[in-house]
Amino acid sequence: MALDTVAKATSTPEIIQPWRELGLKEDEYQRIREILGRRPTSSELAMYSVMWSEHCSYKSSKVHLRQFGEKAPQSDALLVGIGENAGVVDVGQGYAVTFKVESHNHPSFIEPYQGAATGVGGIVRDILTMGARPIAILDPLRFGCADAPDTKRVLPGVIAGIGGYGNCIGVPTIGGEVIFDDSYSGNPLVNALCVGVMKHEDIKLAKASGAGNLVLLFGAKTGGDGIGGVSVLASETFDDKKPTKRPAVQVGDPFTEKVLIECSLEIFKEDLVVGIQDLGGAGLSCATSELASAGTGGMRVELDRVPLRDANLSPEEILMSESQERMCAVVPPEKVERFMEICKKWDVVATVIGEVTSGKHLEITWHGELIVDVPPRTVAHDGPVYNRPFTRPAWQGELVGNGAENLPRPQSESAIADAILTLISSPNIADKSWITSQYDRYVQGNTIAAGPSDAAVIRIDENTFLGVAVATDCNGRFCKLDPYEGTQLALAESFRNVAVTGAKPLAITNCLNFGSPEDAGVMWQFAESVRALADGALEMGLPVTGGNVSFYNQTGAVAILPTPVIGVLGVIDDVRKAIPYKFSGVKELILLGETLEEFSGGEWAHLQGHLGGLPPRVDLKREMVLAQFMYAQRDFISAAHDLSDGGLAVALIEMLLHSQTGAKISIHGDPFTHLFSESTGRILLAVNPEDSNYLVGKATDAGITTTRLGQSGGENLEISGVLSMSMLHIREANQRTIPALFTA
Amino acid sequence: MRVGVVTFPGTLDDHDAARAVRFAGGEAISLWHGDSDLQGVAGVILPGGFSYGDYLRCGAIARFSPIMSAIIPAAENGLPVLGICNGFQVLCESHLLPGALTRNSELHFLCRDQEIEIVNNESDWTSDFSNGQRIIIPLKNGEGSFQCDDRTLNELEGNNRVIARYVGINPNGSRNSIAGITNARGNVVGVMPHPEHAIDSLTGPTADGLAFFTSLMKTRV
Repeated sequence: MALDTVAKATSTPEIIQPWRELGLKEDEYQRIREILGRRPTSSELAMYSVMWSEHCSYKSSKVHLRQFGEKAPQSDALLVGIGENAGVVDVGQGYAVTFKVESHNHPSFIEPYQGAATGVGGIVRDILTMGARPIAILDPLRFGCADAPDTKRVLPGVIAGIGGYGNCIGVPTIGGEVIFDDSYSGNPLVNALCVGVMKHEDIKLAKASGAGNLVLLFGAKTGGDGIGGVSVLASETFDDKKPTKRPAVQVGDPFTEKVLIECSLEIFKEDLVVGIQDLGGAGLSCATSELASAGTGGMRVELDRVPLRDANLSPEEILMSESQERMCAVVPPEKVERFMEICKKWDVVATVIGEVTSGKHLEITWHGELIVDVPPRTVAHDGPVYNRPFTRPAWQGELVGNGAENLPRPQSESAIADAILTLISSPNIADKSWITSQYDRYVQGNTIAAGPSDAAVIRIDENTFLGVAVATDCNGRFCKLDPYEGTQLALAESFRNVAVTGAKPLAITNCLNFGSPEDAGVMWQFAESVRALADGALEMGLPVTGGNVSFYNQTGAVAILPTPVIGVLGVIDDVRKAIPYKFSGVKELILLGETLEEFSGGEWAHLQGHLGGLPPRVDLKREMVLAQFMYAQRDFISAAHDLSDGGLAVALIEMLLHSQTGAKISIHGDPFTHLFSESTGRILLAVNPEDSNYLVGKATDAGITTTRLGQSGGENLEISGVLSMSMLHIREANQRTIPALFTA
Repeated sequence: MRVGVVTFPGTLDDHDAARAVRFAGGEAISLWHGDSDLQGVAGVILPGGFSYGDYLRCGAIARFSPIMSAIIPAAENGLPVLGICNGFQVLCESHLLPGALTRNSELHFLCRDQEIEIVNNESDWTSDFSNGQRIIIPLKNGEGSFQCDDRTLNELEGNNRVIARYVGINPNGSRNSIAGITNARGNVVGVMPHPEHAIDSLTGPTADGLAFFTSLMKTRV
């Protein structure tokens, strides 16, 4: 194909361009022509098409996401908000922490190992770009039915990919979720959250300012992998009839990323850059247009200077390539020499590819010929905005009318015991150590708690013991039953997971995974979910520091369960005081919070093949009271575990299994309700018997309902008058499921 | 005591190894793969990680680095060298230790708190243990299965050169459940699990690993 230049585009307005194949709609293409006053060159078309894709432009979600700004609570903690690569919060002692989740769902379905690996690599670079050292990774994952053949293909690859990348870059993978539901077959969710830490003065932003400053590309060379990944993969629904899209998945090289991390941190330490941006989705198109757009002037880039892995790549392909492990920096001319020295030390290829200009346009040349000449803002930020119609689906009424509270319940001792065994051996509840043991949780030497802990706890200062706690959560079934309540339930649970460690929740991030925005019902779920999160964040006084939207998670007409994964980050002033999830010795077991007859959307109902009714009621104020109690009384609590999926039965058994003991408890009232209800706002405590009166008193003073369950000890789980089961038997049931499913 | 901690590109546990040296009362000296000056250190640690991406074969490229060209003759002359995980692999590739570390028998990366038994407390890095002492330290690797031919195995076993064995399960299919070995002189030790991640119970499963580092301090004082 002959080179398409700006001059040629001006003189040949009539040429038919493949805008449709690149995922643009006709009106979008016409708008590009209006902006430029001519037809775009093929390179410009490539840039607009990727940057205006759903994944990059948030065109369907933007109108809703504004609420995070409009309803933002007053917060002194927020240092950098939405819009940058990741939000940054102040955690005290001069430290700033950044965290963000991203999705890599579609690539992980096509090529599980590389899809998941590059998902990790991408989010780690987002965090690094803020000037932070990446210190932890959490992976919220959703798969189809555990026993489905395709899950056996996807899950092991995803786990190996996360481990293969995370372990090799030396960032501990210490949390997340693994949940199975039929709705995710054909659309697994692979979300990755990364946490980074830096000093306040080291925060970096993605902007290109100062005419004469140079634009440097450093890291891996550019290849043909991932071309069009964003527009072709992330923004279209899978369809059996279309050809396979494997070439659009990127291939990761974690070794290069590890070196890039160390090299970048050394560069940051010497304050050599005025702006920095990683190359992720949409590659150079995104990095150059975003840097220039956020800066003061224009930018000129000589595209032929980009080091290539494949010399045959066309300029359009170079602009769209999503080759991994690349960064783009804006460096003052007098600092370039030192910049290059550091890159040389780490054997990182660095190339000056352009400079910041005093003009207003992003100009890209190819061997001297102008092939791109655009106002950068029109590419990066002025993409289309859709007010997509949304309506509550017609089936919603029938769905919520059919509650699990009406299902027949197990009554006899043996029926309840069977229900417990079924629950704890079910794939969603079963022990996940076959998965988590493939992740390095120890590297960096600062891990205080890792999954199965409710939240990951990481030390960030070895001398003061300052640390952070992070958790992610979402029950998609709750969200399907009521996207508003379901989203606030996810927020409540994530918040509680952080609070049970004795940390103070500080900020929220999210990864909103939904079906097609072109479906008015899905759009309603999304709109409700965003409204709920913005309202919830305001009520709890926690800033939403950023997030990610992943649409088109559906196969044919069937969307996934709405899955707004909510991440909460908390600060803990002394990690030595963090409350663990397990204990040793004999403890009294106390339940905080109220148990109601709430089974709809819960794990027990799910195992009956039932989904209907209304999710448990959520009360964010009550969650805040619980969190304050946990923080204030943490010195008196030996261990704590959040109650969520599977209710008290599961929480109690998990705590006992990790603590390698049994317990004797008694339940007053209907045993089934107490054991299986998934009422929210509840925490199981293990405390020294001599502290129990004091703690119950303090909880009562705070208005928290308490139930004294009994004591730990022995080799059985005894529920007086109901059942007695051997912990050995329970352990076996809990541990056998996942290896049996996924060991070849 | 000054103890060198080597950083190759792709090394991950260098900060942890340096921390362990400090916890043991030593001074950690950072040694860069591209230098060949050992800076007068009294011992060297080759930490875990993925040196040079572990491309080609684990440790195969690292052994040719300038720093190894200084370490290899020094070790042959008695300088204490501890290779942990990837460092163990580098020592095998350097022929300072026999055998090789191959893929785990389960064929995937495994991170677990592993019980091991110290079976030789006469090396420079195990003298602060008692023989038969059982400890729990993290194990985390994809290629940790110790393999060698029968003759080498007999030599290792016959000359008391196995320093630690896995207890309970053999997590990676190592011959004779070998978790660590030493050279004939007892100054070079390779161990697959990570003692540097078990120096205090706040961040590790135990503080059992610290004795590897205090051993060196004792030996050389």
